[in-house]
Amino acid sequence: MGVFFASLVDGLMLGFVYGLAAMGLSLIWGVMHVINLAHGPFIALGMFSVYYLGVKAGLTPYGALIFALFFGLLAGIVTYFVAVHRVLDAPHLTTLLATFSVNLMIIGLGTVIFTTTPRAIDIKLPSVSLGAVSIPATRFVAAFFALLSAAGLYLFLYGTKLGKSVRAVAMNRAAAELMGINTVQVLAFSFGLGTMLAMIAGGLIATLFPFTILSGSVYELKSFVICVLGGLGNPAGALVGGIILGLLEGGTSAFIPVSWVPVIEFALLVLILLVKPKGLLGG
Amino acid sequence: MARFRSPSFWLLMAFMLGIILWPIVTRSPYAREQAFVLFMYLALASSLNIILGYTGYVSFGHIVFFGIGGYTGFYLIHRYNWHMIPAAIVGGIVAALMAFLLGSAILRLRGAYFAIATIGINEAVKALVRNLPFLGGSTGMYFDFKVYEPYGGPGNALWLSYYCLAFLLLIILLVSYIVRSSKFGLGLMSIREDEDAATILGIDSARYKTWAFTLSAFFPGIVGAIFFFKNGNIEPGDAFRLFLSIESIVIIMLGGFGTVLGPVVGAIVYERLRGLLLVNPLLKNLHLAMSGVALLIIVLFISVGIVGFLRQRFPVLRRYLI
Repeated sequence: MGVFFASLVDGLMLGFVYGLAAMGLSLIWGVMHVINLAHGPFIALGMFSVYYLGVKAGLTPYGALIFALFFGLLAGIVTYFVAVHRVLDAPHLTTLLATFSVNLMIIGLGTVIFTTTPRAIDIKLPSVSLGAVSIPATRFVAAFFALLSAAGLYLFLYGTKLGKSVRAVAMNRAAAELMGINTVQVLAFSFGLGTMLAMIAGGLIATLFPFTILSGSVYELKSFVICVLGGLGNPAGALVGGIILGLLEGGTSAFIPVSWVPVIEFALLVLILLVKPKGLLGG
Repeated sequence: MARFRSPSFWLLMAFMLGIILWPIVTRSPYAREQAFVLFMYLALASSLNIILGYTGYVSFGHIVFFGIGGYTGFYLIHRYNWHMIPAAIVGGIVAALMAFLLGSAILRLRGAYFAIATIGINEAVKALVRNLPFLGGSTGMYFDFKVYEPYGGPGNALWLSYYCLAFLLLIILLVSYIVRSSKFGLGLMSIREDEDAATILGIDSARYKTWAFTLSAFFPGIVGAIFFFKNGNIEPGDAFRLFLSIESIVIIMLGGFGTVLGPVVGAIVYERLRGLLLVNPLLKNLHLAMSGVALLIIVLFISVGIVGFLRQRFPVLRRYLI
């Protein structure tokens, strides 16, 4: 029982981080109806920026997150103008392929530059003991930062003028344009925002697990499951979806081998798409 | 059968026959291997074209049917000593059956939702196979060399795989052409252009889509069985590699969406480009990044593909570029 409870808590903490990654994907879909297939590589770039800036350049992993934030925003804006802007109104196949081409470029360059040797970030923090089991404190710190970023995103979207224009463009791009909003800038910025969330999530994951440049794809697929759980295009739903997925992973790992977890996750993805395509929270 | 009077179709068949015969005449294993890779890409792309190009449904995880057929065929040969040809056909039937069952459910989804569902199915099946000990789990299965003895040794088995794939390819092109010029094909294309309008005009879109999906899964299943028979081992990572799915989509996009010739042109150009990238020592390491750049250029600037571009530019050619 103690083990089950501990793995639930552990899953919950991871769920916040997964949810943050999925928020990025969901935000981009919500604003411009593009599935960002370069999401995974951006998560991986987040991992590497924390590794190089935090460990190699000595900024400490959590300090490096600030730089990952700006780097993510910039990378997203560049990606938007290079790959997405021209095909924004094209059929889904086109945008899927355009973002996938960015995926290939990052993975291709990344495997040459970083190789595929696993890296790990070692953070000396005490473990928190929960009855018989102890959970590393890094999990709690990562969950805290994930929640902080999610709260920051909400303050931004609801409290600032730029945030409000992001929501306006998501609701109705043509109307937003008529109200004098520069939609191209807002779209580019939203893509940057989504990428930024992916990078922060990647940076946080890097403090928990070993990683390579290819690790991002695992979290990209998890983000799909989460977005479908919470409803695509709904960042708050993504956070809830992340928590559900985290609890599910934590809860089931006490009873079945870990290798079965992805089977359940993807079966769930297909099932929810069929039964409630708008997500569990959607109408 | 008025449709078989089209000279373009017979020219295409003659051209393919020429490529098929080249390694047989020269008895060159090198030419055969090159042709095998080309035919595999072409077979996968041409089958995918039925659901993606004609019907407009983005089956992003289509490679799942290649994997399912591959595993079925491999298992039958490995455990029950079946001959490769019936095993491959059963592989295709199992893949088609899966597509039929899944298709009636997921084809209700449209656009990006459908694409995500197919990615999800591919990942779910991959994860499932990793957990099934009788399919070899995550390490997969290996052939003993003895498997190839009934075929007259591994050398002859390679030739047999080549003949089977070449024959299958001709059938796929024939089916692709028949579908495109039939009432069924017109129905599919009307679903692609406007599904709601097509339904109102009396097209049973659910049935049409399901059959198109089933047909486009049958052939990749057979290709998978032939490929892994030739390969000698099968593992989940190889059988359900999403990248191969995307390569097939790139071939369709490069050649021309929803045409019979498109995948042929696309596969030939893609195979050449890929060869160049892999041979050049400077570009070899960067080939993934380079394919990304190539894909982006295609998507941004020639989204109708080579055949589509020619059809748009020179309307006279529309009768001939099928």
